[in-house]
Amino acid sequence: MKAGDGAVPTGMLAAAAATFRRDVVLAFRRPGQMFQPVVFFLIVTTLFPLSLSPQLSQLRDISPGILWVGALLSSLLALESLFRADMEDGTLEQWVISGQPLAVQVLARILAHWTVSGLPLVAAAPLVGASLAVPATAFGTTMLVLGLGTLCLSGLGAAGAALTLGSRRASVLLSLLVLPLAMPILIFGARSVDLAILGEPTRGPVLLLSALTILTLSLTPWAAASAVRISLE
Amino acid sequence: MTAPTQTGLQVQGVHLWRGERHVLRGVHLDAPLGTFWHVRGPNGAGKTSLLRVVAGFLWPEDGKVVWNGQETRNLGDEFGAQMACLGHEPALKADLTARENIRYLVGLRRAVKDYELDAAFARLGIAEHADRPTRMLSAGQKRRAAMVRVLLSGASLWLLDEPFTNLDVAGVELFAGLLAEHAAGGGVVLATTHQPILAPGVRTLELA
Repeated sequence: MKAGDGAVPTGMLAAAAATFRRDVVLAFRRPGQMFQPVVFFLIVTTLFPLSLSPQLSQLRDISPGILWVGALLSSLLALESLFRADMEDGTLEQWVISGQPLAVQVLARILAHWTVSGLPLVAAAPLVGASLAVPATAFGTTMLVLGLGTLCLSGLGAAGAALTLGSRRASVLLSLLVLPLAMPILIFGARSVDLAILGEPTRGPVLLLSALTILTLSLTPWAAASAVRISLE
Repeated sequence: MTAPTQTGLQVQGVHLWRGERHVLRGVHLDAPLGTFWHVRGPNGAGKTSLLRVVAGFLWPEDGKVVWNGQETRNLGDEFGAQMACLGHEPALKADLTARENIRYLVGLRRAVKDYELDAAFARLGIAEHADRPTRMLSAGQKRRAAMVRVLLSGASLWLLDEPFTNLDVAGVELFAGLLAEHAAGGGVVLATTHQPILAPGVRTLELA
């Protein structure tokens, strides 16, 4: 049985799409795990209006910070799982020898990871915003920058998660690696929300955040792919 | 690209160190197309390491691996596409069915059709388990599902690390037959096991 004869080799993009689809399907088979970050996000951000003053003006002033710190921490929660299961069950080895460029597979994994962990945060943002007295006019910008920021963080996190594959309890190490790199996301993201609340133009920080996301997504898959190869040794 | 010569696999003087241990001490192997190699040796002799060196997961300190006349180091992803690996872990996701798992993994390499999957699952004797979540399968059934992937991979070089683990007697016989058939069809098989392989034309590489 020579299965290879006359078979059509899978293209790079088709393989990436297959990986994306598989990851999303897998996430939906374990919905509890999938919604952990967004539940954490909701809990953390609603603690603030309860523990601080219920005065709306005060809440509104600090809401960008709360939103972003909450989003950052809940994204971190999901990062460690990016490659760990695939390393333990041998899927990463299959990726390496699949004949497909590893970095493209890693990029598909990053996008799938963002879809199941970052997008729910974006969807929850208006709810959280309302509880922090963010005016409805700022919801659009808030969701946009949260989407960009979490995508960028998934990219950074992929490199971090791949680098820490070798160590058993990697979550603290991963936070130490990723959080400093995430500072620009925090700064520009919170600034955009701040400006949107004040009703001022947000074009500057939003464009910077977009540039940052594009840069991250074009570089980190290669770094993560190299780290994955090293982890197989 | 120069036309590849069909000379199969050559391992030339491979030395590998793992920390302080000199695991592979100048291993030579000439496996032209159509040969079936049984890699033997006591625990810790470097059987798995040898397979991982050939697969390109480990880089040896000295020596080289040549596939069809070209050093695998220079072939990159192209070499991976011509190789199927069955390691200790079957690379199956517990939450997906066996069919979904195999369709995905084979699908990374080539377009796979439903009837091919059906035929391969039937061949491995797990047709009725193909649509159950993998977590419900026994260890032996997972092995068989992983073998479906190897069978459909379209690769000519098969690297199998302890393929008979968890298999029943009939399963061992079935696997040995499949490996021999692949070699007879012009492929190259490298398999490590502790038990003897009962198949025609098996050659043995003894690692000390």
